[in-house]
Amino acid sequence: MAHHGDHTHDAAHDGHDDHDHKPSGFFERWFCGTNHKDIGTLYLVFSLIMFLVGGSMALVIRAELFQPGMQLVEPDFFNSMTTMHALVMIFGAVMPAFVGLANWMIPMMIGAPDMALPRMNNWSFWIMPFAFALLLSTLFMDGGGPAGGWTLYPPLSIQGGNNVAFVIFAVHMMGISSIMGAINIIATILNLRAPGMDLLKMPVFVWTWLITAFLLIAVMPVLAGSVTMLLTDKYFGTTFFSAAGGGDPVMFQHIFWFFGHPEVYIMILPAFGVASEIIPTFSRKPLFGYQAMVYATASIAFLSFIVWAHHMFTVGMPLGGLIFFMYATMLIAIPTGVKVFNWVATMWRGSMSFETPMLFAVGFVILFTIGGFSGLMLAIVPADFQYHDTYFVVAHFHYVLVTGAIFSIMGAVYYWLPKWTGRMYNETLGKVHFWLSTITVNILFFPQHFLGLAGMPRRIPDYNVAFADFNMISSIGGFAFGLSQLLFAWIIIDVCFLKRGQKATAGVWEGARGLEWTLSSPAPYHSFSTPPKIDDRMLAHGDVAH
Amino acid sequence: MHTPLIRRILWVCAASFAFCFALIPLYSIYCEITGVNGKTGRAQAPVAAIDDTRLIEVQFDAAVNAGLPWSFRPKVPSMRVHPGQLVEALFEAGNEGATDLVGQAVPSVAPNRASLYFNKTECFCFTEQLLRAGERRQMPVRFVIDPGLPADVRVLTLSYTFYLNDIATDRLAQHSVLANNPAL
Repeated sequence: MAHHGDHTHDAAHDGHDDHDHKPSGFFERWFCGTNHKDIGTLYLVFSLIMFLVGGSMALVIRAELFQPGMQLVEPDFFNSMTTMHALVMIFGAVMPAFVGLANWMIPMMIGAPDMALPRMNNWSFWIMPFAFALLLSTLFMDGGGPAGGWTLYPPLSIQGGNNVAFVIFAVHMMGISSIMGAINIIATILNLRAPGMDLLKMPVFVWTWLITAFLLIAVMPVLAGSVTMLLTDKYFGTTFFSAAGGGDPVMFQHIFWFFGHPEVYIMILPAFGVASEIIPTFSRKPLFGYQAMVYATASIAFLSFIVWAHHMFTVGMPLGGLIFFMYATMLIAIPTGVKVFNWVATMWRGSMSFETPMLFAVGFVILFTIGGFSGLMLAIVPADFQYHDTYFVVAHFHYVLVTGAIFSIMGAVYYWLPKWTGRMYNETLGKVHFWLSTITVNILFFPQHFLGLAGMPRRIPDYNVAFADFNMISSIGGFAFGLSQLLFAWIIIDVCFLKRGQKATAGVWEGARGLEWTLSSPAPYHSFSTPPKIDDRMLAHGDVAH
Repeated sequence: MHTPLIRRILWVCAASFAFCFALIPLYSIYCEITGVNGKTGRAQAPVAAIDDTRLIEVQFDAAVNAGLPWSFRPKVPSMRVHPGQLVEALFEAGNEGATDLVGQAVPSVAPNRASLYFNKTECFCFTEQLLRAGERRQMPVRFVIDPGLPADVRVLTLSYTFYLNDIATDRLAQHSVLANNPAL
């Protein structure tokens, strides 16, 4: 099992885990390298940069919406900001961050020496900067960037200038990158587990990523196909989505959301995995209901394929369709509820402590649940007819994506940063970052529920004066939340480059369980070149019998 | 070691990409069978039996998509017809623009569950419609309502939207350039 691909260790060196054969030279290591930890780092750094880029776009949006009337930007630029913000945050910030975490942690969690396909791993990362160069370059073109919304609904989305072709090719490249990443993760998990690491002994983070990877290979090609049809509709005279030529624009919405709904679970399942790692550690108890967590994740993944039309209740569907998609959507609350109650039960009577990762994990459970509840409200067809395309929807998906996915990523970074760098981050600053983020994110998004219920539509640069006060509050929260993230960047720089903070032990956290904590901190450049012996007591969920 | 697994995963990806394109015909077959989307029934010869115990109100609706400078409206707002009776209704379209344009009308019948019982035997929506600049023309549609129409449906709406057929319009413009410049 130690023999595969480009691994630089030959068999004679196995057992000497800790002498690091790092590639010599910056270019060789960071551009040509295939080490899973380096590539994980590249993904995470790329994601942080994209998070700040996408965040700046959000600040343009919130600045314009600070007051009613047109103040700062042209309406078309505003629309391209909402479109680009979403594309950058989804494909550039959240997804690469989880792929980065997977690259870093999965081999260390299952006792593998590296990812299964290291050369492809390098490829799947290095496609991303080019994809985003294509996407972001549209902002400097005649006619500006894409302004039809990230969902790319035709006919609006293909009425832009040449940005259409750039966006579509960028989406193709992101899709290829995601698919290669997913193939790598599946191959690693299925083929490279250390002897004794049965599937049902894997950490929940690994499980959630395995299921996420299957979602990715199932739906990313659907997105690629649908944007290819947009491309041929615009440039090659096909009429897939043009009513004039016998096509149907509503069909695009069906195809898009057949991709789009599994996509939202692609962004949240690994977050569930992260929470399932952090909460047991700081509750000093095994995860409650390990197998229930695994089955709930699989159920959510299955259900994600049969609920897509709840994004388009107002297009004029037959009653039977509305009822089916409403109930199927509500059904998702059951496995999700299983997870939330399992996290709460894990904390119940635990010996809890609240270091920064735990704060983010608990914040995640509470705030994600709020987002889940507003999702249930949106699932109710008659209510959705009022909420559709209002700020209520904006509030809902930002609760699940910002305080859900992003909070879990931040929690994961604080949790594993000592393992990655060998140094503790500044705990005081970490806590300040958590509280600033949590308070400001609620000032930012909570009033948007009220705006939506009062009827403010999304994706508009100007609005009725009746909505003025809540928008101002939301914008203040937006700027405060945005600026708070500079503190996050500083805390990382402080540890990674200034190398301050005390040295971390191998275990780092008192209650931490799992193979990654048996390695020294920082984790050696090559780890588990010989498979570790699995000791069940060291596994994250401890009791494997239940 | 990894090759068989990767081969299987790539098959899944290929199948999923193909499935995306297969959705196009599948969706259209689905709509045809169920009448979802207001797709109307297949054209048939008039049914012999006219059910004169029922009168169905057929309302007409006409719209023009942005980008086509046409006027378009039904001659009468609605008609009352018996199921099984062959009826002709007239719409009038006029090109208000300065150039010759080709339009394509797309029909839709509401409510959806009645649409399969609405059979057009002849319709201006079956073909492209060319209107020269300033031209006005009456456009007929002939239809039969299937007597099997559910009993509780008393009102039907037949709606048309005219779209610019830009491919046919471009072709037309090129032909006229060629016709005016024999040297080309």
